[in-house]
Amino acid sequence: MKLQEFTSSKHNFEECMKCTVCTAYCPVLQANPLYPGPKQAGPDGERLRLKDPYFFNKALKYCLNCKRCEVACPSGVAVADLIQAARIRYDHTPPKLRDRMLASTDFMGSLARPFAPLVNFGTGLGISKTLLDATLKIDHRRSFPKYSGRSFEGWLKRHRKEQAAFPEQVAYYHGCYVNYNYPQLGKDLVKVLNALGIGVQLLEKEKCCGIALITNGMSATAKKHADHNVAQLRQAVMDKGLKVVTTSSTCTLTLRDEYPNLLGVDNADVRESILMATRLICEKLEQGAQLKFKADYHKKIAYHVPCHLERLGWGVFSERLLRGIPGVEFYLLDSACCGISGTYGFKKENYETSQAIGEALFSQIRALSPDVVACDCETCKWQIEMSTGFQVMNPISILAEALE
Amino acid sequence: MKYDVVIIGGGLSGLVAGITLQKAGKRTAIISTGQNALHFFSGTFESLQEPSQRIKDLFLEAGVRVHYNPGVRLTPMGTFKEAALSLEDIDLFPSEKIGKRVLIVNFQGYHDFFSSFLAEGLEKQGMQCRVRFLNLPELERLQQSPSEMRSVQIARTVDPLWEKVVQEVRLLLKDEDTVILPQVFGLADTSVPGRIRQGIPARVVFAGTLPPSVPGVRTQILLRKRYQLLGGTYLMGDEVVRAHVHEGVVHSVATKNLDSHYVEASEAFILSTGSYFSKGLVANPFRVYEPVFGLDVEYKEDRNAWYNPSFAGDQPYMHFGVKASADLLALKDGEPLQNLYVAGSVLGDTHPEFGSAAGQAIQSALFVADKILGL
Ligand SMILES: Cc1cc2nc3c(=O)[nH]c(=O)nc-3n(C[C@H](O)[C@H](O)[C@H](O)COP(=O)(O)OP(=O)(O)OC[C@H]3O[C@@H](n4cnc5c(N)ncnc54)[C@H](O)[C@@H]3O)c2cc1C
Ligand code: SF4
Ligand code: SF4
Repeated sequence: MKLQEFTSSKHNFEECMKCTVCTAYCPVLQANPLYPGPKQAGPDGERLRLKDPYFFNKALKYCLNCKRCEVACPSGVAVADLIQAARIRYDHTPPKLRDRMLASTDFMGSLARPFAPLVNFGTGLGISKTLLDATLKIDHRRSFPKYSGRSFEGWLKRHRKEQAAFPEQVAYYHGCYVNYNYPQLGKDLVKVLNALGIGVQLLEKEKCCGIALITNGMSATAKKHADHNVAQLRQAVMDKGLKVVTTSSTCTLTLRDEYPNLLGVDNADVRESILMATRLICEKLEQGAQLKFKADYHKKIAYHVPCHLERLGWGVFSERLLRGIPGVEFYLLDSACCGISGTYGFKKENYETSQAIGEALFSQIRALSPDVVACDCETCKWQIEMSTGFQVMNPISILAEALE
Repeated sequence: MKYDVVIIGGGLSGLVAGITLQKAGKRTAIISTGQNALHFFSGTFESLQEPSQRIKDLFLEAGVRVHYNPGVRLTPMGTFKEAALSLEDIDLFPSEKIGKRVLIVNFQGYHDFFSSFLAEGLEKQGMQCRVRFLNLPELERLQQSPSEMRSVQIARTVDPLWEKVVQEVRLLLKDEDTVILPQVFGLADTSVPGRIRQGIPARVVFAGTLPPSVPGVRTQILLRKRYQLLGGTYLMGDEVVRAHVHEGVVHSVATKNLDSHYVEASEAFILSTGSYFSKGLVANPFRVYEPVFGLDVEYKEDRNAWYNPSFAGDQPYMHFGVKASADLLALKDGEPLQNLYVAGSVLGDTHPEFGSAAGQAIQSALFVADKILGL
């Protein structure tokens, strides 16, 4: 029916029936009374903003961009996209130094890495935290991600030859976290994929996906990253015929959906080839591939589906893989936001909200007392480890650990 | 991905079918675009005049507290409606005389509970009403964003404060024999409505608010939890966009989130996509259709015959629905598809033997699950 083409609106906002369902699932609405909520900030506000930008409300910055409103909406309204798009369009306040610093994850990472021991020492130390808090309003109660001394890219380059020997190949978009903070996750992925007969290669030169730039008011820079990355993805997908795998749910959502929906960067030709590694592994297992696991592996695992994986609808793949490991006692945690949402929870003004939002999840974890919490998101990992003391592992790392 | 049974639509009917099949040992998945009609639920399962023990057990096992007491319930407008099987926090009365003097208590700043309508309605029936507002400091935070001071937000705040609510209501209570409170209790802790009843020395009645319905959201959460505990896979926020049908058999469905990764079912598919609200049925200026499979839909050709100009009258479009065989197999071009069953409100009124509304959702879902199990 052609009619639909002419009646659909940007981010589907005219489909809103005012049913209020989204308001029941917004984690911020409950914790921060200054936030107008998804319906008001999204489709209701959009109607006013289209009349006059005067109606743009700065409180939209409190949105976590967790997309839970979109998952709940029965009418397919892209509520969170509407909110982020409005911030991009109407909020012209120059971002603060702090926000620029928090947002530049690859810049920060490449600067910090050679000095990792120093940086880790510094950010762990009370004095410098107090300083960060006072000067930059980065909350002193946060623990910071550690920087690794050696980058993942360097490691994989050293293993390029053996990886190229595998009959099947994929490209890996590792993201800043794996490169600078936690190369072990990348190594774990290589181990699992190798066990399936798949070799791993890098993109020629990837850049930070840019999600933190988008949410911190630097969408012009984010668009440059997007243009660069989509060109890189094209090279892998179109020229080399590779699938591109990822281990971070937020990078994946950004590459696949935020690029076209928020930044207007067309990725239609590569979008379907960008996959969470868990999904690719599930597909391989379904096609008959097999993984050999340790006979004596035992672990009680509580799995938290991160918000952006929930939006992608792919939590089911991690769940399947974890349930499939012999000796795993599996628990699915109730769908809830941990409260950190990337750089959001690092900001002093959001700390209380952030912890209040996460509390339901934290108390469920404490009550279950698992050996490990599984989660496909690095910022959830920081938040949950800091707030509960329980160790958090990416499902890929758990698979790697359980492999023979 | 391959399951024994794939259920399209995760509302009441999809969940009831899913729970029943999982319990019988089937591997199932529910795929649902978004949330569902339970978010507008009054708390009364309509058209279940004589619910089977099986239905009551299904709810009990999920922790959904229901009671069965044919009579009437209070509507948010201060009128009464016939009701039988209901959630426990919905009071059922033998007659419309629920008390002589009624104290209606609302929270300060909460606009989704119509205390004055309630009072007006009840006074017409000879009851004396007094409306009072509670000012809980804990709720003042929410008032900063008055447009979004909604039932669920209030519920999350007041559940842990139920003792305080009891104290405050006791202070307001004079010689009234009945107290009416908004239905915003027991979202996380289902025992709260009962405790409030015990704490107040009068009959306590909970009356509906504007959506989201707290008893409905709670029912959705509990049923989903039960389904997942039984091992079911609940894919929320994904939409079935296409189906592969070959010679009268559905082979797989494609969804928005899973792109080319088709979801297969080795035994059956169930279509429980709801009515217009949930887009299980779609109406455009020319026709009413079922968007996933293009199934046969019973509706009137003449568009003028779709609606009744009297707003409150019976609306013909509400009776339109997907056509199905006596076994509830979906019809396409007049022929049944061999492994696609239909359940819930997407059926419209095409199979009145299953009742209507929630009664239809539950009874058709159980029937379909039994068919799949060969019972
Ligand atoms: C506003 C309202 C209030 C009601 N109140 C009551 C009441 O108080 N008491 C009562 O007895 N009955 C009530 N009803 C009747 C109600 O229809 C039934 O009670 C019952 O909840 C319907 O359940 P269902 O599972 O058939 O459909 P729904 O609850 O509508 O669920 C259908 C689900 O399917 C999903 N879906 C649709 N298309 C797709 C697709 N292509 N792919 C994947 N998923 C899809 C939708 O997102 C939705 O979640 C009410 C109905 C409405 C609309
Ligand atoms: S859930 Fe969707 S349709 Fe309902 S109010 Fe929110 S945006 Fe509108
Ligand atoms: S994206 Fe998350 S925080 Fe933002 S409005 Fe939606 S539910 Fe609320």
